[in-house]
Amino acid sequence: MNPTESSPAQTTSPSVAHTSPTLCENWHDEEIEARGPISGLLLDAFRSQATPHTIVGLAAEVTAAVESGRDFVRDDDVQLALYLLYGLYYGGVVDSGDLWEWHVDTISARLELECAFEAQLRRLVSVPELPNATAEDVAQALFALTAPDPNAGPSLSRHVAKSLTHEQAIEFMVQRSIYTLKEADPHSWAIPRLTGRAKAALVEIQADEYGGGRRDRMHSELFARSMRGLGLDSRYGTYVNFVPAVTLASFNMISMFGMNRRLRGAIAGHLAAFEMTSSVPNGLYARGFRRLGFNEKVTEYFDEHVKADAVHEQIAARDLAGGLAESQPALLSEIFFGASACLLVDDWVGQHMLESWTSHNSSLRKPFPFAAVRASQAGLANRAAPATSANTGA
Amino acid sequence: MANPAESHDEVEIVACTNGPLLVRGEIDLRSADGEPIEQTRKTVALCRCGVSAIKPFCDGTHKLVNFTT
Repeated sequence: MNPTESSPAQTTSPSVAHTSPTLCENWHDEEIEARGPISGLLLDAFRSQATPHTIVGLAAEVTAAVESGRDFVRDDDVQLALYLLYGLYYGGVVDSGDLWEWHVDTISARLELECAFEAQLRRLVSVPELPNATAEDVAQALFALTAPDPNAGPSLSRHVAKSLTHEQAIEFMVQRSIYTLKEADPHSWAIPRLTGRAKAALVEIQADEYGGGRRDRMHSELFARSMRGLGLDSRYGTYVNFVPAVTLASFNMISMFGMNRRLRGAIAGHLAAFEMTSSVPNGLYARGFRRLGFNEKVTEYFDEHVKADAVHEQIAARDLAGGLAESQPALLSEIFFGASACLLVDDWVGQHMLESWTSHNSSLRKPFPFAAVRASQAGLANRAAPATSANTGA
Repeated sequence: MANPAESHDEVEIVACTNGPLLVRGEIDLRSADGEPIEQTRKTVALCRCGVSAIKPFCDGTHKLVNFTT
């Protein structure tokens, strides 16, 4: 799709590992499918060769969606529309959007959809009793909020460790790819919106997310390597069409928190909760993928996060969230709103996968070409080790 | 403190409540037999609850055993 790319992508089967680039810089060449009138109007506009113009009918469709009172979290059209609109700022989603980035129609649509999405989240998220606005009290309250619940029901991470199948492993990576191929980016929007101790803390965490200056250690690159190890295409956006609204909602929520200065408390709380619920699950993910026979190339991403996020959670709790609360006590409830929203929405995503799999369904919204991906993975394995007569027929 | 000559900054250690020792700055981390332990990040968390599976680093499992300081 990207006319500036001269990659041989067009000859590659859409959902099979793209073998030529070693790093995930190239854009995907999948045609993103509309999921309703709003996403349809946006896709048509972004793809047209005309200079940005009033998108006829967009405002009316957005207003109709907002006034319908629909469940925005699970609304395919609304979540894809938000994803496309935020994609104008990230890049890598629809390649022809440069001139639309600050167009009044796209900004108006985003604001109206965001407003309704945020209002729904605020209705559904319950915020715990607030601690004193000191860094240590905030940290302890966040650790209490995110503490593993020994009486909780089935969890996604335990399922991954014990029962994940190969096809579910592929789905898991596809679902994760929406955020993780851009890992850290949505929280980085907040850096210039913070000051002092909270800013230094966020930069310290994000620098580590971005590999501490080493490109091959960037967490997004580690994840891309894991995807390729499963035979998946690691170019950003390849699998958007397969991913349900709730997965897009999880990513859109972080983009919303990160891109709006007024939500800087929420983005700080979100990152704290995100980091605090990462080390232990990632250890279980690593165990599950090893059980399925995947090697270090695939599990490195998870292993790295066990160690990294045990560091990040301490910094995020005390210095980012705690530091922000000390300097701006008025943001205390927003910090805990962001943390609680992270837990709730990520639980919806996890439960969606878990419930789909326990009822022997796919968690994806349309049939996935598992056979092609597995054949691609077999091809990778064959290239890694000289082929023998035993494995060339796969 | 055993500190490599090339270190520019002072080392800061935060004793995290109910958690690890958070170490900022360059340290000379070695195993009991003197072998250097690779550090892949600038700030590390060292286990002090005793149950980490990746000692000397923290893996967050202190939260599962209700470790308190």
